[in-house]
Amino acid sequence: MGLHCAWWSDWLCGLGRMALLARDAFASLLRRGAHPRDVLVQVHFMGVKSQSVVLITGAFTGMVLAAQTFFQFHKVKMDTATLAVVSVSMCSELGPVLTGLMVAGRVGAAIAAELGTMRVTEQIDALRTLATHPVDYLVVPRLLAAHIALPLLTAEAITVGIGAGYLVGVGLLGIDAAYAWHNMLRYTDLVDVTMGMIKAVIYGGIVALVGCYKGLNCRLGAEGVGRATTEAVVAASISILVSNFFLTLGLTPLLTGLGL
Amino acid sequence: MIEVQGLTKRFGAQTVLEGIDLHIERGESVVIIGRSGCGKSVLLKHLIGLLQPDAGSIRVDGQEITRMNERQLLEVRRKFGMLFQSAALFDSMTVAENVAFAFRNRRDLTPAEIARRVAEALELVDLPGIEKKRPAELSGGMRKRVGLARAIVYRPEILLYDEPTSGLDPIVSDSIDQLIIRIRDHLRVTSVVVTHDMRSARRVGHRVALLHDHRIYAMGPTPSIFASTDPVVRRFIDGVSDPKHPDF
Repeated sequence: MGLHCAWWSDWLCGLGRMALLARDAFASLLRRGAHPRDVLVQVHFMGVKSQSVVLITGAFTGMVLAAQTFFQFHKVKMDTATLAVVSVSMCSELGPVLTGLMVAGRVGAAIAAELGTMRVTEQIDALRTLATHPVDYLVVPRLLAAHIALPLLTAEAITVGIGAGYLVGVGLLGIDAAYAWHNMLRYTDLVDVTMGMIKAVIYGGIVALVGCYKGLNCRLGAEGVGRATTEAVVAASISILVSNFFLTLGLTPLLTGLGL
Repeated sequence: MIEVQGLTKRFGAQTVLEGIDLHIERGESVVIIGRSGCGKSVLLKHLIGLLQPDAGSIRVDGQEITRMNERQLLEVRRKFGMLFQSAALFDSMTVAENVAFAFRNRRDLTPAEIARRVAEALELVDLPGIEKKRPAELSGGMRKRVGLARAIVYRPEILLYDEPTSGLDPIVSDSIDQLIIRIRDHLRVTSVVVTHDMRSARRVGHRVALLHDHRIYAMGPTPSIFASTDPVVRRFIDGVSDPKHPDF
């Protein structure tokens, strides 16, 4: 019982500290504490260097989704609705979630490991002695870069996923191209695309914030850095999956109500 | 210049510093000695606001720094330069980028002027022409010198040294000592040196403070501390693990 209380209390304290970090980052953003060059370096690291991971994930997800949907729909003679399912799923759910998870694994882990090592080797203290706020120099550029890179990567994953699904559906499984295309456009709304992009922006924030928080607060020693890295990936992935449900639930009526 | 009163610091149940009083004058060089783990580095980190005390006050140029937030402390820290025990160089940057780090937001300096100041600082620590090297390519002594160049390049008023000679051979240690003395006299800075290298303490300090049992046990001019007959001071200066040993 006592152990459970300690776990909950640690968890709540962690959430509180992360909220304070987000507040500091927002205040620093308003103060224009971050250097544009640092943001660009991070956009390059998160965006350009995540290309292969995101492209492969997007393509194969689109392909397997097309194949699986076709196999089920074929039984009820609804073959031409296959691409519509692929498109709606990729835009509103699979595109942002899978991109978020892949980026959490690659970028979130790298952020936690880099900042954790900096903390262990006193580099963060050195930054502070050189009159540089760690939030300005380390957190804000990564947070901004993730907010920029993740929607772009998600859009790319969605495009590639739908394209790969089209190739499998039309080229391999023999679905009629004209009907498949027509149905896809008919059932994919602006709501789906907008929801995907909003989710991507939020997931970018989650990945960067969790990575930075875990890195800046890691325990000393190699074990501490290793643990922080693992915790960053696990916490970011779980946060993405849990928030995805609530975002879908909240955004769908909201965006539909806005008439999109 | 630095006035510490009643400084107390605990980490959980463990008391590290208790009621520390310390006064450091402008331009003087104070060496803090004491056994490993006695809280020397913790005291040093309090002077620059990297740690917050549980009780007591620290004044730098009359400004109380213990009640400042991190943003306000950044301004105070412009007066300080600090050499870390591990040098704490930014390993993702070259030596030149490390040394020039303090100038990254200075729009009044041209790149040529920054390069000149970096070269000058590296010259002062006897490492000219290594601007393009990475910290991983440097030896321990070279890393400390680069750390020192990074700390002095913006001409701070106070320099803090955390174990500047630890882990270095006697010849490199000697050159670091010479460097500390040269920088102290050349730049007229106030220096606070934490060390347990007695030779270094004797050479670089105007005054020496011995930290023992969470407090400043003894403090005075360097010659008088080294001539002290107090058993605790003697034991530390002479490096004796067992005072009952016949050779002591």
